[in-house]
Amino acid sequence: MLSIRNIVKQYAGQRALDNVSIEVEQGKVFGLLGPNGAGKTSLIRIINQITAPDSGEILMNGERLNQSHIEQIGYLPEERGLYKKMEIGEQILYLARLKGLSMDEAKKRARYWFERLEIQGWWNKKIEELSKGMQQKAQFVATVIHNPSLLILDEPFSGFDPVNAELIKNEILELNKQGTTIIFSTHRMESVEELCDSIALLNLSKKILDGKVKDIRNSYRNNTFNVEYEGTALYEGSHEPFTIVKSGKTDDLHHMTIRINEGYKINDVLQSLLPRVSVYKLEEVIPTMNEIFIQTVSKAR
Amino acid sequence: MNKILLIIQREYLARVKKKSFLVLTFLVPFLFVGMIALISYLAINQDAMGENKIVTVVDESGWFAGKLKNTANMQFVYEQGAFATVKETFTKPETESQFLLYIPASMTDVQLLGKKKPSALTTQSIEERINTVAQAHRLADAHIDSAVLAGVQKSVHLEVKQLTDKGEKDAHSVVTLIIGMLCAIIIYMSLFIYGVQVMRGVIEEKISRIIEVIISSVKPFQLMMGKIIGVGMVGLTQFLLWILLSVGLFYAAGPALMKSTMKSKTEQVKMVQGAAGDAAQTAAMTPQGDNEMGEVMRSLSNINVPYTVGCFLFYFLFGYLLYSAIFAAVGSAVDSETETQQFILPVTAPLVFTFMLAQSVIINNPDSSLSVWLSMIPFTSPIAMMIRLQFGVPMWQLAVSMGLLAGGFVFTVWVAGRIYRVGILMYGKKASYKELAKWFMYKE
Repeated sequence: MLSIRNIVKQYAGQRALDNVSIEVEQGKVFGLLGPNGAGKTSLIRIINQITAPDSGEILMNGERLNQSHIEQIGYLPEERGLYKKMEIGEQILYLARLKGLSMDEAKKRARYWFERLEIQGWWNKKIEELSKGMQQKAQFVATVIHNPSLLILDEPFSGFDPVNAELIKNEILELNKQGTTIIFSTHRMESVEELCDSIALLNLSKKILDGKVKDIRNSYRNNTFNVEYEGTALYEGSHEPFTIVKSGKTDDLHHMTIRINEGYKINDVLQSLLPRVSVYKLEEVIPTMNEIFIQTVSKAR
Repeated sequence: MNKILLIIQREYLARVKKKSFLVLTFLVPFLFVGMIALISYLAINQDAMGENKIVTVVDESGWFAGKLKNTANMQFVYEQGAFATVKETFTKPETESQFLLYIPASMTDVQLLGKKKPSALTTQSIEERINTVAQAHRLADAHIDSAVLAGVQKSVHLEVKQLTDKGEKDAHSVVTLIIGMLCAIIIYMSLFIYGVQVMRGVIEEKISRIIEVIISSVKPFQLMMGKIIGVGMVGLTQFLLWILLSVGLFYAAGPALMKSTMKSKTEQVKMVQGAAGDAAQTAAMTPQGDNEMGEVMRSLSNINVPYTVGCFLFYFLFGYLLYSAIFAAVGSAVDSETETQQFILPVTAPLVFTFMLAQSVIINNPDSSLSVWLSMIPFTSPIAMMIRLQFGVPMWQLAVSMGLLAGGFVFTVWVAGRIYRVGILMYGKKASYKELAKWFMYKE
């Protein structure tokens, strides 16, 4: 759907994007991650054609990005904003028509979305008279009203209360189900695991990691397991097939985190454990995106 | 292109629909006409407005008894007897009279004593009355017929004409002066008013952060031009309504206004006649006044209206476009309106400078090299040329000036656009001139 190839962007001696290449697949939710100042916003602005890269190119459906693509992209910037003194309905129509919709079409779609998000009663209100959550909903409508095939959301859930955040999340997933490709930029890693199919991690203007979320997490597996057992506590340190990294006790159960030593398998661990204690639970520790994020970024520093 | 139209439409409607626009547009003509009416009313009736004044006169010369003209709010009371005694009674609080006028026999050291300080107007009007009477008296003493004197004193009036290839042309400078100044003032004010509106609009979009949403749909340049044109049309609408409403109001309220003016004019004339005791002088004055009025009318009708209006519209439009582009760039460079000061001053300096020069140098020497240069430079020409135009400007100069202004507009919009596209996305950066230059150099 979108292939970003060798993008370089320089701002007055400072490199914002350094040879960044990313592939976004059709119909997927793609997470664009990275700490503040990594270059996410610069990249998003280039995709939106707000700024142009110094070198490199972006292809959308195999075609070099151009003005005609603007109408296929919906963009929700991190810093939200609408005209404060303009009526909300009128404003949505204006923004929709700037995206190339006709007046009739814009009206029809606006009504559909206002009903869907239950803000139809606010059509004639000015933005400054609305609550923050209401403004965010209006902004979301402005982003999706022209039925974009690519939706770029920069921290979409900030500013929403949990109820409305859930509502918007479901709308996003619904759009994705209907075939909209979504690029999703965020720091909130729990939502990444929940929503994203693939991610790219930017740090200090470079891409340092990308791929499918599942693959990335699997590649960060390091034979670590959590074990809960009953019986005499095992001492910390090396036991032939495994090493105890951490241990403790809650209520009647002991628990520990172990790492399997080189050359052994999980069955060897069980064989070693079973004669000594009764095992209640054994599960593999797969690193969360949050851990991977922190680990990768701090390693890069 | 279609999107620019959309932006123009929004910018226009958003402003025109505002309450402040409606109030200002419909109130200003009323205020304007009302102010003129009030001023003329006050000017005519200022005597009647003041409190009643009684002036006690001690006349030792014997010239004035009963001759000082009484008016509605100033009466003269004549006292016989020595000045010292009259003065004594005058100072007593129960005396009604506020002023004591002492005229010694020698006619030197005429004194006006007051219980309070007399206003300049009171002093002046008493002085005038004394002089009128004294003059008439002296003329009579010298056996000079005042009608003859009036004939001698009649001043010569110059009729100014300009010789051109097409023959004689009326060159009544007062009228042309006023029209030139009026055009210059209107252009000067509107450049400020609407330029600042453009700037505010840009800042508003930046502060409210809607800017990023919009420029993901349109090019920054389209947004800037749309805003400039939209606001410009608001300005044209406002001026058009002001002119129409003012003219309409004048026609509606004019007759009543005129009548009261005329009435008081005749009263004044009568008063002068009474005091001088001589109709000949005033009779000699009237035709001359009429003559001047006729000349004003004639030179008004001689003004080449399409030429003047055409030039005015051109300079108004392109001057506005040029300056509003700069204002837009300034708006894009700052985070709030309070930060604009450092940029506004240098931007508006040429305007203010020309406007001040317009009232002196240009209007007195419309063909001096300074005036010509000012009417050529795009940043000053909208004002300078409007003044010069009324004195006749060679065609080639006008063409060069217009060409330079149009070129200046294109150049300024290009520069402003380059600063604007970067500035609108910059937050929290203190914009210096160096920074602006850097933005200008950025590639797309």
